[in-house]
Amino acid sequence: MSTIRRPVWAGKPKPVVLALKGVAVLFLLALILFPFLIVFSTSVSDNDDITAAGGYVVWPKSFNLSAYSQILSGGIVTRAIVVTALVTLIGTAISVTSTVLAAWALSRPGSLFQRPLLTFVLVTFLFTPGLIPLYLVVKQLGLVNNYWALILPSAFSVFNLVVVRGFMMGIPKELIDSAKMDGAGEWRVLWRIVLPLSRAVIAVVTLFYAVGYWNAFFNALLYINDSTKWTLQLVLRTYVLQGSSLVSGVGDTTIHPAAQSVQMAVVMIAIAPIALAYPFVQRHLTKGVLTGAVKG
Amino acid sequence: MSAKLVAPAATRTDRHGRALVERRVPFLARLRQDYPLLIMVTPAVVLLLLFVYVPLFGNVIAFMDYQPYVPITQSPWIGLQNFQTLFADPTFWRAVVNTLEITLMQLVLFFPVPIALALLIHSLVWPWLRILVQSVLYLPHFLSWVIVVGFFQESLGSGGVVNHMLRQANESTITVMSDPSTFKLLLTSQLIWKDAGWGTIIFLAALAAIDDSLYEAAAIDGSGAWSRFWHVTLPGIRPIIVLLLILRLGEALSVGFEQIILQRNAVGAHAAEVLDTYVYYHGVVDGNWGVGIAVGLIKGVVGFVLILGANKAAHMLGEQGVYSRS
Repeated sequence: MSTIRRPVWAGKPKPVVLALKGVAVLFLLALILFPFLIVFSTSVSDNDDITAAGGYVVWPKSFNLSAYSQILSGGIVTRAIVVTALVTLIGTAISVTSTVLAAWALSRPGSLFQRPLLTFVLVTFLFTPGLIPLYLVVKQLGLVNNYWALILPSAFSVFNLVVVRGFMMGIPKELIDSAKMDGAGEWRVLWRIVLPLSRAVIAVVTLFYAVGYWNAFFNALLYINDSTKWTLQLVLRTYVLQGSSLVSGVGDTTIHPAAQSVQMAVVMIAIAPIALAYPFVQRHLTKGVLTGAVKG
Repeated sequence: MSAKLVAPAATRTDRHGRALVERRVPFLARLRQDYPLLIMVTPAVVLLLLFVYVPLFGNVIAFMDYQPYVPITQSPWIGLQNFQTLFADPTFWRAVVNTLEITLMQLVLFFPVPIALALLIHSLVWPWLRILVQSVLYLPHFLSWVIVVGFFQESLGSGGVVNHMLRQANESTITVMSDPSTFKLLLTSQLIWKDAGWGTIIFLAALAAIDDSLYEAAAIDGSGAWSRFWHVTLPGIRPIIVLLLILRLGEALSVGFEQIILQRNAVGAHAAEVLDTYVYYHGVVDGNWGVGIAVGLIKGVVGFVLILGANKAAHMLGEQGVYSRS
């Protein structure tokens, strides 16, 4: 048993209070984990089991990965997964690079144009452009039905900049000065000193950006009209929420009804990368969110 | 006497009171020294210019009869006609009412939940249990709205788990996923499921920052658990509560875009149309560009005024607000 940190002044809690708290905690955990369980169980069950259970399986009786092999063996879902993964990778790389570079440059008081540039960046916090003007700009740039439309308009988040910059402001100035004295240029200082020290906050911001790209539904709805270019969230909407049938393969004209297990397998695949990355970043979350958010 | 006429040599000091030597470095020398930093901000500046500043100026289209296939400069100015069209449209006012109702419901039903959850988590004394509960509660925040709505459909939809159990028990089934009269309640419960856990982070930090000696002193003076909560805990997190309320007010006209668009068809536009979806369907889908931009402009201005007003109100009540008085 790990150590209990109950302060002396708090006194011993009443058994009733303890029991109520236990029930509340169990209820909360079940409320959040139950849907995950249903989706997972249904995705690995045989169609017969699913039909017998009335459409949903709470605890799998069989373990069958055919739903996964069906959607991963080519066709619109596979394509959507590849596209979404590429958009997420490239987008996150662009976003994190531009955010970290700008955060470092804007965290150096007294450098040339630092104040006006900071104002230029922070003002966009207060004034958000409307949906239609943004859409028209994207259209003018020729990005409609182009995957770059899923990356560039949302590539830079001022909130994330504030988080990273807040963290970097805390790096001791003496460290930077001594590196400069030893002849390091701005780039080397950033690469060798600032980046290694800011790993935690960069991990958090990377997660925020990656989740944003992976989950982006509205941008895809707005900018990608061509159904052969759909991303994963659009596929999810059409096949899972609206229950449309799943066409497998481009040349294949036979239409398979999207079996319940296949639908749930698509949901599992959409959750998987987040669930895999989450444990690595989770311990940094509190620190990363708070360094930027509650500065005042 | 003549010494008084001479200005003091060094007027600026650093925070330790040591005099700072005023350096006048020529512009070109500073440029040569700082140009790597300027290169570093360039990507961010370009992205913001293109996708925030240019669209901001695009808002002038609200005062034009915008023609999509000719350059903007050739669209005729029509003054406030777009706004007149908008204000005469009953579906716009329906969207305003829906938006305000959802905001109000979120404020009353959603806002207190993270505070309550944070108090519960804060009271857990086993470290492993705290970490487990926190990790699980944060998780839904990282799911997309498509998946969250999907989860609700699997659980509460017409073919979902709850209705399956009701049918087996020969009870009447529930139709919450497609019932317009309870749609706003549904939206709020989905928001609570997704983001209430995430919202605890900031309150947990505030709770952890409360000085333990305050509790100790209160306990020694004989105050019970309830009075410690009332006189130590609540005042400790009040500034954060006020801050988040202000920020929420600034977002009063934005009430979850993706969430609503995904479920609009199930309950119909009458119950589900909010300002953001109005802009999308009337502006982008139907091509009423000028009217759509007018809505966006109104939204932006109202949000800006609300946040300044709420901050002012917070100052008058003696709270710090978003930015402090200087």
